[in-house]
Amino acid sequence: MSTTRIIIVAVGGQGNLLASNILGEAALLSNIQVGMSEIHGMAQRGGVVESAIVFGDAKSPVISDGEADVLVGFEPSETLRALKKCNKDTVVVTNLDPLPPFTVTIGKGVYPGLDQLKNLIRAKTAKLIAVDAGKLARQAGNPLAVNMVLLGALIQTGKLPIQAEAVRDAILKKTKKAFVDSNIRAFDLGFAAAQAEVF
Amino acid sequence: MHKLLTDRLEKKMLMLGNEAIARGAVEAGLAFGSTYPGTPSSEITANLFEISHESDLCFEYCINEKVALEVAAAWANSGLRSMAIMKHVGLNVAADPLMTLAYLGVRGGMVILTADDPYMFSSQNEQDNRYYGKLSGLPVLEPSSVGEAMEMVRYAFDLSEELQEPVLFRTTTRINHSTGIVSLGKISAVKTTGDFSKDPFRYVAIPAVSRKLHAKLLDNWDRAKAISENSPYNFVEGEGRYGIICNGISYNYVSDAVKDLGLEGKIKILRIGFSNPMPETLIRNFLGGCDKALVAEEGEPVMEEAVRGFAQQQGLTLQIAGKGPGQFSRLYEFDPALVRKVVANYFNAADKPLKMVDLSDLPEIPERPPNLCAGCSHRATYYVVKQAAEGMETIYPSDIGCYTLGGLPPLSMADFQICMGSSITASSGFSKATGKKVISFIGDSTFFHSGIPGLINAVFNNHNFTLVILDNGTTAMTGHQPHPGVDMSKLGLTGYGRVSIENVVRAVGVSNVTVIQPFKIKKSIEAVKEALGFKGVSVVISTEMCMLYAKGLKLHKSRSYRVSSKCRNHRDCINRLGCPAFYLDEGKVRIDPAQCTGCAVCAQICPENAILPVKDE
Repeated sequence: MSTTRIIIVAVGGQGNLLASNILGEAALLSNIQVGMSEIHGMAQRGGVVESAIVFGDAKSPVISDGEADVLVGFEPSETLRALKKCNKDTVVVTNLDPLPPFTVTIGKGVYPGLDQLKNLIRAKTAKLIAVDAGKLARQAGNPLAVNMVLLGALIQTGKLPIQAEAVRDAILKKTKKAFVDSNIRAFDLGFAAAQAEVF
Repeated sequence: MHKLLTDRLEKKMLMLGNEAIARGAVEAGLAFGSTYPGTPSSEITANLFEISHESDLCFEYCINEKVALEVAAAWANSGLRSMAIMKHVGLNVAADPLMTLAYLGVRGGMVILTADDPYMFSSQNEQDNRYYGKLSGLPVLEPSSVGEAMEMVRYAFDLSEELQEPVLFRTTTRINHSTGIVSLGKISAVKTTGDFSKDPFRYVAIPAVSRKLHAKLLDNWDRAKAISENSPYNFVEGEGRYGIICNGISYNYVSDAVKDLGLEGKIKILRIGFSNPMPETLIRNFLGGCDKALVAEEGEPVMEEAVRGFAQQQGLTLQIAGKGPGQFSRLYEFDPALVRKVVANYFNAADKPLKMVDLSDLPEIPERPPNLCAGCSHRATYYVVKQAAEGMETIYPSDIGCYTLGGLPPLSMADFQICMGSSITASSGFSKATGKKVISFIGDSTFFHSGIPGLINAVFNNHNFTLVILDNGTTAMTGHQPHPGVDMSKLGLTGYGRVSIENVVRAVGVSNVTVIQPFKIKKSIEAVKEALGFKGVSVVISTEMCMLYAKGLKLHKSRSYRVSSKCRNHRDCINRLGCPAFYLDEGKVRIDPAQCTGCAVCAQICPENAILPVKDE
């Protein structure tokens, strides 16, 4: 089978690693080969967490610059920073809910404008799906389910070799019982939001 | 039940590389595991520690890697299977026992895991520990994937018993922190009780004995080489007149590159998994069938040098490349595109890389460096020391841990740092060499790891500096592992002793010892001022539990603060503390109640007393 490469970037604490694990588990349930790698040394100290998920035959669990088929950004400025992973055919899914880094607070940087950010990504890549994942997570009854919302939007792109049902099964298996219902709701809301997103 | 104890043969599971390694050790019937925690190896030991609570495995967090290796060596020489696990720089600390343990050898299987960190994602250097294999004469195994890591760890114990030598198991971050699908093997029963048979001519390394033991080691080396020649971990894949020799994670990149460049049938690959001793005959035969060869290895040209040597002995004149301009670098880690480019370039194939989007018109994106957490006690301590030392010309040697992040602005409290424990010894040097006031910082776990000898040395040599021990009650940076100062009852664990840092400091002869609670700012500044005025070695122990750890143990209830209307926008809170709970809302300072833990340090330094508890609103 062909290879599909997904990069997920997030800020420590946004649940990126759980999201990646759910995708891995869904691949396992679907009998699809998967390899993943993550860089998370300083995640708990407010740093950036990056996961690479490679479905299919490729042996490398790492994704080089320009080679992602899909980029998922859990935080808008981090999506923009990770644009180096994209080429003109990459589909980008981003959260629109900013978590400005501390450097902005102490005046050592300016947070990019969201409209500018969206326009830049749209102009450079095949497609941008932008959702307010924070709002949808709250709507699902679990403000921490930003990762599930974005998983839903990611699956809706149809770029992955796994089906929504397998991801729901993996959510059931991998997330805490008390949160399963709200996580599934968040996943479905993300899926629907991506569907409604008109390019 | 712990997920790594799942006893279902051939069940497929998704595992992190470090989980797979732990599982492999469990399948091998590991009796004893030891470590000093270090990224990227930490999850191996976190899992083994948990597993030890519900199985026959005995697992110990040790104060440093030398201790961990020596304890494990005694288990192995009692005929039991043991494993010492560390990050690459940890093996420097354990190098002393490593070199002579190679002479003594082992009876039970012993695996020493070294987790290297090319690119230095979370390390102070990117040394290539394959050299320790050459230096010590011990066999080295290197997996290329998560699944292989599990299987290879099992094999490493068998190999160790066959050779009666410890085996070095070398991983890199991209193996430790990769995730893949593995197929479970059988969990072997643990042999838990050992026996030691006295044999001074084998076990007591005095010169007369060691002369014989070194000869034995060289015999073992020859036996290891014969095994390496026929090891299934050294295999040839594909065919062609061109050859690539590779190891570890690089094998994946090479394999994908050959396929993506359409070079199947032109390039054959020799994957080296049993990398020390190198399989000389296998390599000579491989080279004999090649017009041109490339060695793909991250780090140093360890294999390349050996390969060139073998070719020379055989009188082969083919071109061999590896490290050099236009080829591979000794710096950092590889990635698929980089390897593909070098392969294409060297073998004259067309590489059509996907073109990265144009980034030239992107606005500047604000940096997101890691930061001390909201409510981190280290921030308070740094602030206190900075205030107490105001007006002094100071040098601040620091050490390895979360608190190294205090080197970043606005705190800027780290001037010199080499390795674990070097803060104290550097203070000894700087204070005498420069005559300046030296104030050094070391964490509690690092103090136990290798701080104590330096402190004794300073007392003996009558040095003049102030040491601040940042005691947050855990090994925080690597994920809250225990150390001898930790109250293990807080973790619900019994059967442990406890060592008081203050007692140790006093016992080694430090007379000026001050204990502060850093969240009490004013009182702490006064106490530190006094310590700084002392001529000789003074020690300040700053005691406050790591906020993340306290939250994890449900020992902390956050009581967040807010900025009231009294704020005159001096921004001392932001500019002097740099706490990530602060943010600006239309130019006004605000506190994120979800992040604020209620340490109240900002409330104590606000000139307008404008920062108040949320509940007083």
